[in-house]
Amino acid sequence: MRVDEIQNGVVIDHIPAGKGQKLYELLGLNALDCTVALIRNAVSAKTGKKDIIKIDADFPFNLDIIGFVSPDITVNRIVNGEIVEKHHMDLPEKLIGVVRCKNPRCITSTEQELQHEFRLTDRENRVYRCVYCESKA
Amino acid sequence: MRSVIDILDLSKEEIDGLIAVANDIIAQPEAYAEKCKGKKLATLFFEPSTRTRLSFEAAMYELGGNVIGFSEASSSSASKGESVADTAKVISEYADIIAMRHPKEGAPLVAARNATIPVINAGDGGHNHPTQTLADLLTIYREKGGFNNLTVGLCGDLKFGRTVHSLLNALSRYEGIKVVLISPEELKVPDYVKSDLLDKCGIPYEEVTDLESALPNLDVLYMTRVQRERFFNEEEYLRLKDSYILTVEKLALAKPDLAILHPLPRVNEISVGVDNDPRACYFKQVRYGKFMRMALILKLLEEAGK
Repeated sequence: MRVDEIQNGVVIDHIPAGKGQKLYELLGLNALDCTVALIRNAVSAKTGKKDIIKIDADFPFNLDIIGFVSPDITVNRIVNGEIVEKHHMDLPEKLIGVVRCKNPRCITSTEQELQHEFRLTDRENRVYRCVYCESKA
Repeated sequence: MRSVIDILDLSKEEIDGLIAVANDIIAQPEAYAEKCKGKKLATLFFEPSTRTRLSFEAAMYELGGNVIGFSEASSSSASKGESVADTAKVISEYADIIAMRHPKEGAPLVAARNATIPVINAGDGGHNHPTQTLADLLTIYREKGGFNNLTVGLCGDLKFGRTVHSLLNALSRYEGIKVVLISPEELKVPDYVKSDLLDKCGIPYEEVTDLESALPNLDVLYMTRVQRERFFNEEEYLRLKDSYILTVEKLALAKPDLAILHPLPRVNEISVGVDNDPRACYFKQVRYGKFMRMALILKLLEEAGK
């Protein structure tokens, strides 16, 4: 299968296979009206399989969201067919307004306009906990 | 603005300092009788907890201060739909310090982030209850002379028991602590408490289901109640509520200088006959809780420059 190279836009590469859809949703890419390609199970020399997202427009991506999905992901910004920026991810210390706390006993379930906020509590196992109730993300 | 939401908001040195102040208050209460003259504590209790509220109120009165507040959500603006954030902003205009109890986990943190005065968490659902832990620590300190090298047994509901998790957090900072976790399978300490705390801090622990076999080795026994309100399922509560009952007969197996603690209220997990044993410390623990709350109120007001 062939997906055309983009001239101006963003390529999110090395997404662990199976996580592309989640990242697509978290980044809110369904709201874009440009061409967006979600490629699943592409061949990867490193991991065997990977997902890739190509966005055919400049896009103000949230590195915290991408790092939360996987710190292995790379983000390339393309201008005139050339990579002009390459970002390697790190696990963000905090996630604000990215994922929702699912604990019904948490204050985030009732407090008006309170942003859901998680902090990294275990880097090795990539565990994030709600700052209010300490439930896992 | 400095608030205390979690016991870990206080360093080991700060806790040692609070214990020192509490001991001084016990030794010379008259020296503290006017320390908070002209100051107001707001007790914002969005769910009833007579014991904790009265302890905070008694603490403030014994410091010469005054108390305003409410004892249940129905008598507050929460019943009209006011957010915790707005309540905290409003109360900041009336009082000098807040003690908040709320059924939702994390509500006191929301208050602390919005108030301009210190907030003390007086219990947020099944999550944190730092001043109970301060009461537990002063009781252990006064009964055992310190914390190092103690074998501490925690018995009952170790899954939902927030006081257990907080106490483990606080004790993890002392030398030579050993922990015996005594509970039925269904109410064992959650794995994350073991991996994130006990394993990480290198605290030796064992998990047992039998109180009698654990008793002879313990220096401190922390009993807990199986709380109805933590269960979604009434049948499960009824099945587990009588799991461990400490009786005079079982106590014969324990060391003569064991200290028995309980955060109270008790249902039936400690037989009334145990109350007369000198090893029963749970009513003293209530009194010590008031002294630690006095020490904490003083510290936070001083830090706030009030």
